[in-house]
Amino acid sequence: MPQAITVTSALAVAWTAFALLVWLYGDSPLLVMKLMFEGTWGTAYGAGQVLFKATPLLCTGIAVDLALRAGLFNIGCEGQLAVASLAVAVVGARTGALPSLLALPLLLLVAAVAGGAWALVPALLRARFGAHEVIATIMMNRIADAVIGALMGAGLAVAASVRTQDIARSAHMPRLDVLVPAFRGSAASLALVLAVLLAFGSQWALRRTRVGREITLVGQNAVACAAAHIPVPRRLALALVLSGACAGLASTGTVLGYKGYYEIGLGAGAGFGGLAVALLGRSSALGLVLAALFFGTLQQGGLAINAHVPREVVDVLQGVVIIAVSIGDPRVRAMLTGLTGAEATP
Amino acid sequence: MSGSVLVTLGTETVRMTVPYACAALGGIWSEKSGVVNIALEGMLLASALGAVALEIATGSPLVGLAGAVVVGGLFGAAHAWFVRRGVDAIVSGIALNLIAMGGTRFLLRALYGSSSNSPAIPGFRGGATGSTSAIALVAETLSDPLTLLAVVALASTALALARTRLGIQLRAAGEDAAAAASLGLHVARLRLTAVTIGGAIAGIGGAALAFDQHEFQSGLSGGRGFIALAAVIVSGWRPGRAVLACAAFALLDATQIVFQGHSRASHDLVTTLPYVATLLTLAALGRRRRASG
Repeated sequence: MPQAITVTSALAVAWTAFALLVWLYGDSPLLVMKLMFEGTWGTAYGAGQVLFKATPLLCTGIAVDLALRAGLFNIGCEGQLAVASLAVAVVGARTGALPSLLALPLLLLVAAVAGGAWALVPALLRARFGAHEVIATIMMNRIADAVIGALMGAGLAVAASVRTQDIARSAHMPRLDVLVPAFRGSAASLALVLAVLLAFGSQWALRRTRVGREITLVGQNAVACAAAHIPVPRRLALALVLSGACAGLASTGTVLGYKGYYEIGLGAGAGFGGLAVALLGRSSALGLVLAALFFGTLQQGGLAINAHVPREVVDVLQGVVIIAVSIGDPRVRAMLTGLTGAEATP
Repeated sequence: MSGSVLVTLGTETVRMTVPYACAALGGIWSEKSGVVNIALEGMLLASALGAVALEIATGSPLVGLAGAVVVGGLFGAAHAWFVRRGVDAIVSGIALNLIAMGGTRFLLRALYGSSSNSPAIPGFRGGATGSTSAIALVAETLSDPLTLLAVVALASTALALARTRLGIQLRAAGEDAAAAASLGLHVARLRLTAVTIGGAIAGIGGAALAFDQHEFQSGLSGGRGFIALAAVIVSGWRPGRAVLACAAFALLDATQIVFQGHSRASHDLVTTLPYVATLLTLAALGRRRRASG
């Protein structure tokens, strides 16, 4: 199991880095780790908060993984999520007349469409002009920030604030404490269940549907796919748009499940966190769920230790894990040789 | 009156061009050697903190500048080394940005017990500029050591990449690594050198940001690394054009500051111009590639 070895050694590197940073800061690594555990899995509330933090990470992790299957890096989850969050909040504030059973599916659709739409520009640039999606999605992230700022300033925000109106009662995603009373007070919501379903559903679709298999094959060898009359540009564009849709669905956990409105910066960081989840989760539904739980634990744990050690140590760890897990990642390497091979034969 | 507005606009533009230009030149060194570098943002941020921390520790802005250059260079070296070890350049770039973002906040609290900003530093110019006359303002801006250093970085980058042995070798490594290796060039070492030099130059930009603000603030780089990346792409990896693009982007910023009459919404939309220009460049490049291939 070389994959298991890679993941285990990456986690070992992360813990070593963590202990080192805490020690350098002048605190006891063991004590801080104990605090971190107590603040996360040590109580039902902590566990609920971990599930809440893991929800958007799982969605963006699925998004990055989906694009990666087609050989694309979706660095644009940040922007896709931000745009979808704003869209969901704006529509959610106007669904008061609908019962939850209609409002929530509608809002899921809004989130997916908004996220997918924000991925459409890079997708078309890639499909029509072969433009590198990494640069395009980075630029779209920055454009999203500016456009959201402009829209909020132009009337979507409540006056003299950076937040939108409250969403309707029926637009709230039910909290998990309805089912599991022990989670009371934590923001874990039904969005987690949906995200887990999305993880398994997307992996199933990639393996079992025609389009899904074609997306995976394009990622493995675009030249061979073109020879076999698979519409390569279209499959690439579709993969990126679907990826954006998944990233947009992360807003169900943050806007609908937690805040009840959108404010500038809500969900920021989940897009890059998704890359960490996708690399650690290694294209398996269970792997993605576990990876999201791991980084969710780190995020919640960061809050638990903040009084002792700055919680930003967790962001550093995220970077360390990304590096550690992809040093010698055969999948990324295979993708790279695939890309350079494709460029060598015009 | 309008003359002094123009002077302010000009000096503001020069001042804001410096960090963009240094980061963009750093990016060009990296790209030319064949290593995509989206970690410019992290390099600016980390080196800005390096400049502040060393100036506070030693009291010397020169040591602070050296610190920024070293931190930038270390980030570049790390990037090249990760890529060498099989980490995708995009993945490494994102990880380094995350490490810089989290790491600078962590260090800010560790060193100065604040989550927002460091103690103030004089930088090269002691305190706020008190000068009012136009000539003094222009002279001060143009004689700023970091402005001059940016000019030197531009000239030496253009010259080194076009005319020196190292420049030609690393361009070979960037254009066709296999062919370069078959000529006996040590591709990995060339890339390490190029990305490290690039990081060091980006570090000058970080120092410029920090000295300009006279302190380090959390998230000080504020996306400037991505604007620099936009300039790198728009220029087609050409140093002179990249700095021109940076100056154009800086002029946009400066216009916003000097003419504050416009609404916030129009300001937000104007800030997207560099990014939109980049998307258009990507499309144009793709079209040209299709036409020639």
